[in-house]
Amino acid sequence: MNGNANGNRIEPQPSSSAPAWVSTRGVTAGYGSCAVLDTVDVSIRRGDFVGVVGPSGSGKSTLLKALLGIVPVRRGTIERDQSLRVAYVPQTESVDWNFPLSVTQLASMPLARHRLTLRLAGQDRELVTETLARLDLTTVADQQIGALSRGQQQRAFLARAIVSRPDVYVLDEPTSGVDVRTRLDVVTLLGDLRSSGATVVVATHDLNGFGARLPRLIGFNRTVIADGPPTFVLRPYFLERIFGSPMAVLDHGGIPVVVDHGIAQPMVPAEPHRGSE
Amino acid sequence: MTMGPLKYGFFREGLIVVVLAAALCGLVGVYVVLRRMSYVGHGIGHAVFGGAAFAAVCGFDYLIGAGLWGLGAAALIGLIGRRRGLSDDVAIGVVTTASVAVGVVLFSTFGAARRNVDAVLFGDVLGARRIDMVVLITLAIAALAVVVTQYAPLLFATFDPVVARVAGVPVRRFELVLLAGVGLTVMATMRVSGVLLVSAMLVIPPATARLLTDSFPRMLWISPAIGATAAAVGMFVSYSADWPAGATVVLLDAVVFAVAFVAGGARARRALVGLDAHR
Repeated sequence: MNGNANGNRIEPQPSSSAPAWVSTRGVTAGYGSCAVLDTVDVSIRRGDFVGVVGPSGSGKSTLLKALLGIVPVRRGTIERDQSLRVAYVPQTESVDWNFPLSVTQLASMPLARHRLTLRLAGQDRELVTETLARLDLTTVADQQIGALSRGQQQRAFLARAIVSRPDVYVLDEPTSGVDVRTRLDVVTLLGDLRSSGATVVVATHDLNGFGARLPRLIGFNRTVIADGPPTFVLRPYFLERIFGSPMAVLDHGGIPVVVDHGIAQPMVPAEPHRGSE
Repeated sequence: MTMGPLKYGFFREGLIVVVLAAALCGLVGVYVVLRRMSYVGHGIGHAVFGGAAFAAVCGFDYLIGAGLWGLGAAALIGLIGRRRGLSDDVAIGVVTTASVAVGVVLFSTFGAARRNVDAVLFGDVLGARRIDMVVLITLAIAALAVVVTQYAPLLFATFDPVVARVAGVPVRRFELVLLAGVGLTVMATMRVSGVLLVSAMLVIPPATARLLTDSFPRMLWISPAIGATAAAVGMFVSYSADWPAGATVVLLDAVVFAVAFVAGGARARRALVGLDAHR
């Protein structure tokens, strides 16, 4: 994959005058009797590359679904630019990997959704073929999706999103459970997509491998705790409020590196040196 | 050369009805199984007992009562599951057991003929009439039309309803069509297998097809083919052995499944993971 993510860091942000794709005002939303989101105010502008970071169960996925309009809102308002095409990449944990579907068929789905068959022709077929090649999936194009490695599965779902040629990508934990190389590939690819004009919104719990490289982060735990560049959001004060436990932040060439506060203290005290007894 | 049982008109009509019903179940069942709605098919199959009993004691064809009741049960299951935040298996459990209870009370109170109860529970394929054939042919054409014209969006909604919804596919409408399709298929198949075995015809052939292929398009023809073949062979076995036709067809479905399961090895068994899960 080609990348323009300089040092795996993606920048800069579009001007703040860009029109919004979606804005929420005082949104409270959830499932059944349980409110997962509490008074959320957030705005995603066209061309943004935003990471939503927070612990498991903090409502990151629900926030994405609220932005997409597929979670009932109880209070507040959401304004969305309906003219933009949106592609959603769900968490791989929610996918039925035993479904009888090949990688090519999966990637063809968005283009074929108004057709009688998944067999594409002409430019559509070329687009699928090129996208699979771009994501190193050509050799597994005819395999059933459950037979792929975790990294290939993530890329197959990215391929489906890319093929739909959306204006906005919304991705839920796209680097969950993948190796370092795949993670870098995904970060680079998303940077490329943003550079070509797309808006990218990503939920991730991967602070150092992903979140710290993005231009804008939203620290989230049922509501917005902090919103800004990683150097602003990834501070011990906000991190403790987001994750509920103290964390330290180191500086690595201008990129914040978050470490568990406990790492500074060894979990098991070192044995006393025998010679000193 | 003897024509065997084919020389009898009732057998020929029964054979056509069984094969049509099995093929229809095999087609609709692909979506039921892949949407992990096997329990829905099972539930609606049992729920129509109440409607069949109502029709029997009122003196009109139990198929009509079962069909209307089946559609009502499907709608009620969808409504309870969504409006009150209960899972579908709870909704199915409530609607199914209540419907069966209604049927038992009606049959015992009004003393409907024993034959009616047996026909509802176990099927009565040799009692099939021209109208059953017309209903089955109409349903099969409608199901084929939906599958062919809505092939890709239906597949998208079956595999990944949330993403399909974001992409503009009318997922909710497809879910209602599928529930209605299951209700009507159950109604039309009741004559063949009875309420106790109808879900087997919906679930076993698609599950067998899934063992045999990793391709969704192939599943769509393998499943009805398995169902129809088992139905045709089952009718002759039933005639020769003097076994109930519906039960014989289901037994053959199960035998084919067992052979595919054993012969398919580990790959085939992995393919079944999750298919039995409740929706």
